[in-house]
Amino acid sequence: MVQTTITVTVDGTSYTDQVEPRMLLVQYLRETLGKTGTLIGCDTSNCGACTVHLDGVSVKSCTMFAVQADGHEVTTIEGIAGADGLHPMQTAFHENHALQCGFCTPGMIMASIDLLRENPNPDEQMIRDGLEGNLCRCTGYQNIVKAVRSAAETEAAKVELGATIPVGQPS
Amino acid sequence: MIPVAFDYSAPTTLDEALTLLADAGEDGKILAGGQSLIPVLKLRLAAPHAVIDLGRIDALRGIREDGDHVVIGAMTQHHDVATHPLVAEHANLIARATQTVADPQIRHRGTFGGALVHADPAGDLPAAALAMDAVFHIVGPGGERTVAAADFFVDLFTTAVGDNEILTEVRMPKKTAWVSDYQKFTRVAQQWSIVGVAATLRIENGRIAEARIALTNMGSVPIRVQAVEQALIGCAIEEDAIARATASVADGTNPPSDLNGDPDYRRHLATVLTRRAVLNAA
Amino acid sequence: MTITEIGASRLRKEDQRLITGRTRYTDNMVLPGMLHIALVRSPFAHARITAINVDEAKRAPGVIMVLTGKDVADEQGGIPSAWPVTPDQKAPPYLPIAVEHVAYAGEIVACVIGRTAAAARDALELIDVDYDDLPPVLDLEEAMTDTVLSHPDLGTNLSATWIFDSAAAGTGTDVAQALASSEVVIERTYYQQRLIPAFMEPRSTVVDPTGEQLTMWSATQVPHILKLMISLALSIPESKVRVVAPDVGGGFGGKLAVTAEEFITLLAARRTGKPCKYTETRTESLMGAHHGRAQVQRIRLSATKEGIVTGLDVNLLADMGAYLGVITSGIPILGAFMYNGIYKFPAYRFECNNLFTNKAPTGAYRGAGRPEATFAIERAMDDLAAELDMDPVELRRKNWIKHEEFPFTTVAGLEYDSGNYEAATDKALKEFGYDELRAEQKLRRQSGDRVQLGIGVSTYTEMCGLAPSRVLGSLDYAAGGWEHAQVRVLPTGAIEVVTGISPHGQGHETSFSQIVADRLGVPFDNVEVLHGDTQVAQRGLDTYGSRSLVVGGMAVVAAADKVIEKAKTVAAHLLEASRDDIEFTAGAFGVKGTDQSMTLGEIAFAVFSAHNMPDGFEPSLDSDATFDPVNFNFPHGTHLCAMEVDTETGAVTLRKYVCVDDIGNVINPLLVDGQIHGGLVQGISQALFEEAVYDESGTLVTGSFVDYLVPSAADLPMFTTDRTVTPALTNTLGVKGVGEAGTIASTPAIVNGVLDAVRHLGVDDILMPCTPSRVWNALRDAAQGGGRHRSPDPSSTKPDLDPAGGN
Repeated sequence: MVQTTITVTVDGTSYTDQVEPRMLLVQYLRETLGKTGTLIGCDTSNCGACTVHLDGVSVKSCTMFAVQADGHEVTTIEGIAGADGLHPMQTAFHENHALQCGFCTPGMIMASIDLLRENPNPDEQMIRDGLEGNLCRCTGYQNIVKAVRSAAETEAAKVELGATIPVGQPS
Repeated sequence: MIPVAFDYSAPTTLDEALTLLADAGEDGKILAGGQSLIPVLKLRLAAPHAVIDLGRIDALRGIREDGDHVVIGAMTQHHDVATHPLVAEHANLIARATQTVADPQIRHRGTFGGALVHADPAGDLPAAALAMDAVFHIVGPGGERTVAAADFFVDLFTTAVGDNEILTEVRMPKKTAWVSDYQKFTRVAQQWSIVGVAATLRIENGRIAEARIALTNMGSVPIRVQAVEQALIGCAIEEDAIARATASVADGTNPPSDLNGDPDYRRHLATVLTRRAVLNAA
Repeated sequence: MTITEIGASRLRKEDQRLITGRTRYTDNMVLPGMLHIALVRSPFAHARITAINVDEAKRAPGVIMVLTGKDVADEQGGIPSAWPVTPDQKAPPYLPIAVEHVAYAGEIVACVIGRTAAAARDALELIDVDYDDLPPVLDLEEAMTDTVLSHPDLGTNLSATWIFDSAAAGTGTDVAQALASSEVVIERTYYQQRLIPAFMEPRSTVVDPTGEQLTMWSATQVPHILKLMISLALSIPESKVRVVAPDVGGGFGGKLAVTAEEFITLLAARRTGKPCKYTETRTESLMGAHHGRAQVQRIRLSATKEGIVTGLDVNLLADMGAYLGVITSGIPILGAFMYNGIYKFPAYRFECNNLFTNKAPTGAYRGAGRPEATFAIERAMDDLAAELDMDPVELRRKNWIKHEEFPFTTVAGLEYDSGNYEAATDKALKEFGYDELRAEQKLRRQSGDRVQLGIGVSTYTEMCGLAPSRVLGSLDYAAGGWEHAQVRVLPTGAIEVVTGISPHGQGHETSFSQIVADRLGVPFDNVEVLHGDTQVAQRGLDTYGSRSLVVGGMAVVAAADKVIEKAKTVAAHLLEASRDDIEFTAGAFGVKGTDQSMTLGEIAFAVFSAHNMPDGFEPSLDSDATFDPVNFNFPHGTHLCAMEVDTETGAVTLRKYVCVDDIGNVINPLLVDGQIHGGLVQGISQALFEEAVYDESGTLVTGSFVDYLVPSAADLPMFTTDRTVTPALTNTLGVKGVGEAGTIASTPAIVNGVLDAVRHLGVDDILMPCTPSRVWNALRDAAQGGGRHRSPDPSSTKPDLDPAGGN
């Protein structure tokens, strides 16, 4: 098989590998890098379980070849926690019981983070519409929607708090 | 889940891409955003020997003004089209239709040109482009040619773009200050259109001065309904009048029959949705 | 004992690994030298295999081995049916790899073992299978006539006929008489469409043949049943098989199975001597994993003019699909005891014909038999209310068992221990705003509003906690219904709880920790719940049928109580007191009337060192318990929904959903609400979105998530969930099952709501799923025909599939 050399930064580490062009990004993450936190739930881009961030925006890693990620930056569920523990969205999912079997969860969290990046203060319907590309079979979505809303509120509270304390910050 | 193996190239210029495409012959396939092609490859419904990825040709991406036209590069991602101020101002029908395409992740990868060349009869952008009087710029071994929207969509999954040609950009006459709506009827949010209706209107003194109406998934190609466009001219923004003007919108159409509905139902839906699209737009 | 944990909304322990991606789903596993399996599946619904040529595939790069049914005919055994519902039940052999005959599209005909998944997949293209196609049996009513046979060798499509008759059983009177002598008889046919469980994690199996035992990791709900069945079907000593269910991504009954793919992976590993992995694609999952529901329900319900129900006759055609899986045949029988719902009419007869068709085998899907039963009775109650022009809630009130009448033995022979239908219904009506919504409905009807409003009502009860072993025996099920637990006290005082249930999203690591923390007075975080590995949890009957807490949890309680008894003996010895004077409170063993005491941890360490034990005391606090329930338990509830129907397009919108469920005492409200939310959506989805559709040649049309419509967040509203608490009397925790409740009640509530919106326009029935096109067609037919639009036959309303257009 003809292989192509790619260099991809995944969760902050740069990797150079030989891959077959037909290898999907999700297969590269799982099989070559052992990043099995990202999961595969369908063949048709419907379920969103494989959602990762490509250069900061959400994409379905089952609908992209690894070669297309050459030179780009990928973030997975395994790369979002800060040094101090969990990403706020991970915390929100935990605190709101927004997961049951957990299979949709990595994709759902990655999609939710991107949703708030684009719209930091979404209402319920915006959250629901923003997650239309991710299927969950356990939760009925109710607590997922609550989790995203609560993450948004937590972040807003932080920003508000932050705005009142520092002096002379560039605006 | 695993496509048939293929050779891959990622040219950085259009000339290079055309050469690669010519070399690949019949077994070559252009990869744009990949959001329709990659699932097809994974299911092995297609097995090209050579995949030529346009993703690294920067010249094919972007949205600009050119006099009284808005120009969208074929490789511009849906998300960028849906959120671009020039599109919002001069082609808001395109923005509205694009917002309904698939889901956020797919809109981050899928491209305007890719969706149009894919020409899925249930895709949302062909009808919108048709209603916008879009002109398609196609480059091939013999140079560049332009094709009007009316001639672009040839059949199911078939457009005027030849095997050795590439769609580079789509130009649309500005419809500044036109209002628009795209009615997409689905059973669940992430479904393809059962029926879609693209409507864009220019309103003067509370009456419709010009109208463009096109239908999604009412046949093998998107359908522009000029008879209804004519009937709408001079119409007051009033439900009964608009209902009368749009009543014939599905006449003579030959829509598909599937789990979501038979042709009668689709024709009925098209009629209802056209009225709603016009009223919503206005 | 101070109870602090039970009833607390503890956040889940299992979340940490799931939200960070540190998961162990089967497909994540990689073993040294592991080989990969790809499967050739029949494109035909019904055919004879005349030849298979695998030569080219065998020579393909990276291919280690190719197996056909003939190659493994002597060793592949067959998928067992554990439920001979009648002594003369008929069933064709269910071979993991077909040898001569395929009976559904998706049936496995060959297996490629490759060094990589890609190599195995590529080689599939090189295998040539010659088929002689046979006419398929696709319709249940046709199947019943035996004019075309799904398995010609069997001679009939009928697997079994199972009957319950209240007059014969002595639980009630004769239904024929009730029907003949009643003033009103409602006669209906309801169609339960075929559904696909569609768990998010595709099934995956890894088998490691190295070492003394075969180890199988599998995405299963039932590692213990699987281990036993592998041993029996493949004649492998049970002690040589270990089955592990690692993290499992949802099941909903769909992974309550012993599958061809699991057998094949095992055979492949044994043949090659290497670890082998099979992971299905979603397309394979939708066509190959078992489906659910798929029944035709002919119902006759009789009543007085005042609305007092007098009898119910049920005649069922149940689609087994092509083969009997492990519990396929028992699914409709599980419903037999639930058709009377919460009502107390005197006469009942149930007859079920289990039929083979050339479609994927059916099996458990969330509720398994009970949603079908509840749907039928709750639809029929609404239809009766409409016939009598009564409020549907009032009609139910007239017929349900009153709270002071418990315990109540039903016409189906079950003893309902407790319940309070009045309380749950009253609370639901109030929270829903029933009267206000009825007023709005009236206004919309009067004004001829384009969007009509319907109010859907459904009550339910279900038999939960499968099951008392004696009852299962009386139903001819091969196994019992007990559950096992072990509580181990480690030297540091940390607790390990081993349970035979096999959670896959339900949160039992958390809820069982809460139970044990309370029982033993130890911190929640000091309890670890172990499960899903037959080498760790040697005994168990796994997770399904809303049994985990009510059966498995009770086993945990019993084991914890034994620990306390043992520790008391040690405490008495070490504190030099009489055992009778030892009191156990909040994790400490004290001597009555003194301030002397020892914690459980101190006793644990003393037992570990065992330097000073009572004479004859075995130095261990570890305790086992096996709990066999004495009865089912019977959660119940009242669900109400407001449905908006756009009469122009047929589009249906769920505007409001309120449910009040009574599941007895609650261990963790957070988990309970989560179970209800998820259950509701699966039930709503049956009513509105999902259907596995085969075309006339027997090909699954809904073979991907593009066509098999699972709703996303964008398709649903927020639900109001509330509770009443009537403790179960059949277990000391007072708990009832909750996993299936939401699904059972929501399907009839939604359909009743849709019909309530359009009944005044002449529509009496709409097939599930109530798609916009079906709603619109029903409205159009009613408007054009003027007559009532009743019980459409699905075969006559299925559209021609012509995606290319044309008419």
